[in-house]
Amino acid sequence: MTVGHHMDDVDSSTSLSPFPKQQQQNSSLSTTQFDSPMAADPESSGGPPPLRRRAPRCVLLLRHPPHFTLIDRPLPDGFRFLKPWESPLPFDDFLASDDVRSAEAILTSQGVPVTADMLRRLPAVRLVLTTSAGLNHIDLAECRRRGVAVAGAGEVYSEEVADLAIGLLIDVLRKVSAGDRYVRRGSWSSEGEFALGSKLGGKRAGVVGLGRIGLEVAKRLEAFGCTVSYNSRKKKPYVLYPFYSDVRELATNCDVLVICCGLNEQTHHMINREVLLALGKEGVIVNIGRGSIIDEKEMVQLLVQGELGGAGLDVFENEPKVPEELLALDNVVLSPHTAVFTTESLSELCDLVVGNLEAFFSDKPLLSPVLDE
Amino acid sequence: MTSHPQNDGAPPPLDRRPPPPVLLLRHPTQFSVLDRPLPDTFRFLKPWKSPLPLGDFLSSADARAAEAILTSGMTPVTAEMLRRLPGVRLVVTTSAGLEHIDVAECRRRGIAVANAGDAYSEDVADLAVGLLIDVLRKVSASDRYGRRGSWSGEGEFALGSKLGGKRVGIVGLGRTGLKVAKRLEAFGCAVSYNSRKAKPYVSYPFHSNVCELATNCDALVICCGLNEETHHMITREVLLALGKEGVVVNIGRGSIIDEKEMVQLLVQGELGGAGLDVFENEPNVPEELLALDNVVLSPHRAVFTPESLSDLCDLVIRNLEAFFSNKPLLSPVLDE
Repeated sequence: MTVGHHMDDVDSSTSLSPFPKQQQQNSSLSTTQFDSPMAADPESSGGPPPLRRRAPRCVLLLRHPPHFTLIDRPLPDGFRFLKPWESPLPFDDFLASDDVRSAEAILTSQGVPVTADMLRRLPAVRLVLTTSAGLNHIDLAECRRRGVAVAGAGEVYSEEVADLAIGLLIDVLRKVSAGDRYVRRGSWSSEGEFALGSKLGGKRAGVVGLGRIGLEVAKRLEAFGCTVSYNSRKKKPYVLYPFYSDVRELATNCDVLVICCGLNEQTHHMINREVLLALGKEGVIVNIGRGSIIDEKEMVQLLVQGELGGAGLDVFENEPKVPEELLALDNVVLSPHTAVFTTESLSELCDLVVGNLEAFFSDKPLLSPVLDE
Repeated sequence: MTSHPQNDGAPPPLDRRPPPPVLLLRHPTQFSVLDRPLPDTFRFLKPWKSPLPLGDFLSSADARAAEAILTSGMTPVTAEMLRRLPGVRLVVTTSAGLEHIDVAECRRRGIAVANAGDAYSEDVADLAVGLLIDVLRKVSASDRYGRRGSWSGEGEFALGSKLGGKRVGIVGLGRTGLKVAKRLEAFGCAVSYNSRKAKPYVSYPFHSNVCELATNCDALVICCGLNEETHHMITREVLLALGKEGVVVNIGRGSIIDEKEMVQLLVQGELGGAGLDVFENEPNVPEELLALDNVVLSPHRAVFTPESLSDLCDLVIRNLEAFFSNKPLLSPVLDE
C-alpha cells in the first residue's frame, strides 16, 4: 500500500479529490478541502490531511511486535512510534507526558492490555490496532463509547491456526509426539511395539465457536471423515453442521472438542469440569483460543485422574507457565502459543498492520476493522 | 446355504464341508492385540506348534492339504513354498504391502491373492498428514520445548511454515495416496503425483519421473509399495531436487528411500525435514536422526488403531469365507 497518490491530488484544484465521497456530502466545503490542513470529513470535525504533508503521526507502541522482528522487518516509516520501554519514566508518567498525549493510535499485541483508564488518559487516540486475532485484552466497550476504531489481524491467521488445531488433534489421537519420544529414547528397539492410537474418521468433533477459524477447522475435520457439530453464541444461518446451544450438550454428543472462540466474559471458564466430564474418559480437547476459556485447574486434574482422554493445547491460563502436571503426561501435546507463527502469516500480518495504519491516517477504511456482531 | 460377505452374524456353513485347512504362517498380531480368536470355520495349520522345521512341516500330509495360506507382512510366501503346496488356491495377507509374496508365481499358478484392501488406508493417510503438519509446524519439537520448561515468552520458538499453498507431490497414487491427496486439498495444498502410469480419472498433475516431481514440489509423501522398481527410488538426486526447505514424509516402506543418503542430507541441512513411519532396518533408527529437531519419528504405527485393526480382522475372515463359498474376494489384488 502506498500513499504517494495523495500528494498529487491534493495540490490540484480539480475534482480529483482524494476524498470524493466527502466532496459529494459536503459540497459547501469543497473549496476549503485543499486549502485548510483539516479537510472535511463526515465522521469527525476535521479529517487530517494525507500522511506526507505533516509531521509523522504518533503511535503508542505498547510492546515491540515480535511479528516484525521474527521476520527481520523494520517498523514502517511515516509514523512516530512512542516506546514506553525506552523511556526512563514509569509507565504512568510516560502516559502523562506531552509526547504520548499526542498519540493518535495505539499498537498493541496479544496479552498487552488497552484499558479504559489508558484510553481516558490519551484523548487523542482514535485507533487501537492489535497484531492478534483475539481482542480480549482490549476494552472494546470503552472504545465504542469513545468512538475509537479497533482493528485486528483479520483473517490473516485463520488457516494457520486451523492447521495447528488439526495437527494437535492428530497428534493426540495418533500419539505422534509420544511415538517420537518413544523412538528417541530407544524404546522401539528395547521395548517393542508402541501403543495403539485412535482413528480420526468417524469421530464426532464439536467446534466451539464457529467463526473464521472454526469454519476452517470444520472443513479440515470433514476431510478426515469426522462428523462436525458446533456451539456458538447464535446458530449460524447458512451452516449445515448440527448446532448445540449448550456447550455441555455438545460435549455429551462428541468425542472431541476444538475450542476456536474468543475470550470474553461469557466464554471465560466456559469449558468447566462438567463439560469435560461430559466429553468423557476417551474424550480429547484441543484449545487454540485462549487458555482461560477452559478451567485449567479442573482440566489438569481430570487428565491426571484419567477422567479425560487427552488434550492438545496451544494456549494456557498463565502463559508462559504450563501446569507442571501436564509435563509428565503422555496423552497431552503442548504448544507454546505458536498457532500464528509461520513465516507466511507473519509477513501478511506485518503488511496488514502497516496497511491499517496508512489507511486510518489517510481517512481510508480500515483493512480489518473489528465490527459488532 | 451360501454366505454373504456383509453378514454380521455367525459364519454360515461353508458348502457343508469340513473346515478348509488354512496354513497360518504366523499368528496374526491384529487378532491377538484385540484379543480376538481366529474363526473355527477354518482349520488353521500352525507350523510353530510342530516340532518339525518349516521345510519338513511343508512336506507333511497335513500341510499339503492346505487350500489357503494366511500370512502377515513379515512372513514371505515364496515360489518354493507354493510349489510344495499344490492344494493352495488363495493367499491372504494381513498387510497392505505385497513385497513378501511372490505375486508373479501366484498368478502363474492361478492362485488368488487378497490383502488388507482399504482397511488401513484412512489411518495411514491420517498419519501421513499428521507427520507433514508436525514437520512443517514443528509440533513435536515445540512439545519437547514446552516440556523442557524452556518457554518463557511469546514468539520465541522457531517459526513454522504454512501448509496452504505448498506444492505436495504424492509418490504412488493408490488408495492411500488418494486419501492423502483429499486431505491435503482441505489444507490448501496443491497436489501432484508420480505413479507407474497416469491415472485416467484423476485431475492432479502427473509427473512420469519422480525427480521431476520433486523439482516441482515443496514436500513429497511416499505412499507407494515396495518392489524392484521402487527400491531406493528416492535417491540423493531426488532429495536434492526437493531442496533445502523440502520435506519428505514416508509411510510406505523404509527402503523406498535411500536412507543413508537422506540422513546425510538432513544432517548437512540440504533437506528441510522428514516425517518417517518406516525405516530400512526396523526397529533400528539411524542415530543421527535422534539428534535432529526437524525430523519426526514414528515406530511404524501407521495402521495401529483399534478401529482399523478390527476392520482388518473382519476383512480377513470375510475374504476366507467368500473364497470358500465361491464368492468374489472383498479385497483381491488385481493386475494393474
